[in-house]
Amino acid sequence: MKRVILVALVIVFAGVLFAGCKSSQPTEQPVNITINGSTTVFPIAQKEAEVYMNKHLNVNISVEGTGSGNGIAALIDGTTDIADSSREIKQGEIDKAKANGVNPYEIPIALDALSVVVNPQNPVNALTTEQVKKIYVGEITNWKDVGGPDVPIVVVARDTSSGTYEAFIELALGKGVNITDKAIVQASNQTVKNTVALTKGAIGYIGLGYVDSSVKAISYDGVLPSKETAKNKTYKLSRYLYMYTNGQPTGAVKDFIDFVLSSEGQNIVDSVGFIKVK
Amino acid sequence: MKKRRAVIEYLLPVFAYIALIALLGIVFTVLVEGLPLFKSYSVFRFITGKEWRPTSEPPLFGALPLIISSIFVTVSSMLIAVPIGIATAIYLSKLSNPFIKDFLKPVVELLASIPSVVYGFFGLVFLAPLLQKIFHLSVGLNGFNASIILAFMALPTIASLAEDAISSVPVDIELASFGLGASKFETIFYAVLPAALPGIFTAVSLGFGRAIGETMAVLMVAGGAIGIPNSIFSPMRPLTVTIAAEMAESPVGSQHYMALFSLAILLLLFVIIFNLLAEYFRNKFSFKRG
Repeated sequence: MKRVILVALVIVFAGVLFAGCKSSQPTEQPVNITINGSTTVFPIAQKEAEVYMNKHLNVNISVEGTGSGNGIAALIDGTTDIADSSREIKQGEIDKAKANGVNPYEIPIALDALSVVVNPQNPVNALTTEQVKKIYVGEITNWKDVGGPDVPIVVVARDTSSGTYEAFIELALGKGVNITDKAIVQASNQTVKNTVALTKGAIGYIGLGYVDSSVKAISYDGVLPSKETAKNKTYKLSRYLYMYTNGQPTGAVKDFIDFVLSSEGQNIVDSVGFIKVK
Repeated sequence: MKKRRAVIEYLLPVFAYIALIALLGIVFTVLVEGLPLFKSYSVFRFITGKEWRPTSEPPLFGALPLIISSIFVTVSSMLIAVPIGIATAIYLSKLSNPFIKDFLKPVVELLASIPSVVYGFFGLVFLAPLLQKIFHLSVGLNGFNASIILAFMALPTIASLAEDAISSVPVDIELASFGLGASKFETIFYAVLPAALPGIFTAVSLGFGRAIGETMAVLMVAGGAIGIPNSIFSPMRPLTVTIAAEMAESPVGSQHYMALFSLAILLLLFVIIFNLLAEYFRNKFSFKRG
């Protein structure tokens, strides 16, 4: 008797599972979109994809953060639909793409302003490009040399493979310049901020979205980082973040890009700490 | 019944060999991913290079600062943890009364079950500002902070295993020592401890393994500077930290990726060498009766 009941139960379970699978099949054809590239853009793309997929159940978007260069390489190879990049595409990459029959189409989706921050107790409020550069390569090592107290400077930087590190090098130091090997290296914007907040002599750089009262953003060449100064380009450490597609986007990819650029999509950009472009 | 026994007899060895398969698999993977680096980058430059600049042009993979950092941090954590661990073990097994032992030993063992990220957090928000104040340092995230945190993490392993080793020394050794007129302290230091030495070496080598391989906590508190540390108070970047921090962003199959696996090879070598040394000493001081 017991066996009969068990068998009956199994059949019922199997039936329900089968029916369940059947009914959850989407009625529309499933669409896959792949996004690959910059780790800086990754949180934006990830969040946009999540919200978009909730609205379009038949669309499946996979997002990977492997670095701007890798994303663009994947676009050229045809292994991704959208390439995220925290820098403009290089001429060499365009040539390579053309040779492969790919036509990179640039879509700026957000703005980022790298903010130079110090400990709130530090009286220094402003640094010039030259001073920041000398601090980061290790030529200036004491705050008294830039108008502050006699306190050693603790340089805080990001890991060499981070996109923010690359952007900072490019915008603030110049390509190929190496940061001092005395620099404290942190893995994320958040930990850079924590270190600066806890260390009296520290200087660091973080995305504008991370700046709060625990650290003090200082003016860079006389301009304070803000959404406005980033937008009108007076703040020099600002940069666009891009998505690249093969030719003008069409179909599902176009629909997704339109969503990113819509006011709802741009609010997502804002909510993850970056600056809207629309 | 007989059949069931036969099944168990065949099945148990299979499970026992899973550990072996895992070990071989890990070593194999690390070697296969890491060794190709040395086709394009000499081993000598890798081990003695003073600069770790994996993304500069051309990239530099000098692992020396990372090796020195790992040794610095691990050795100084052992200098803290081994004396405290052994002292704890002696107290618990020979000097405390049973009530205190029943209370303290679980407490020490509980220390082992705290997740490493919690240790790291403790080092980050509590120890770092404290060290800054006490030693007048410009930054609290440094090798010393990491050493203290690692000492805390290795302490329970060392104390608990050393306690087991001391407790399992046959009581007749102790009685013989008392019978010769030795005091309690003389007995502990000249009779019991030497007899427990092999077990204590096991305890220390497991503690060492915990310390050199720890990643998360060290990542949070060691500071991560890529320069060669000139004192224990410099920010440092041990091997594990470098692998963990950079693996996610290095393109699969790139030179950088291979270099990170080569660091893992170094790490494995260190652990193997240390285990061999511990094994050697264990045998050398192994207590022989008669």
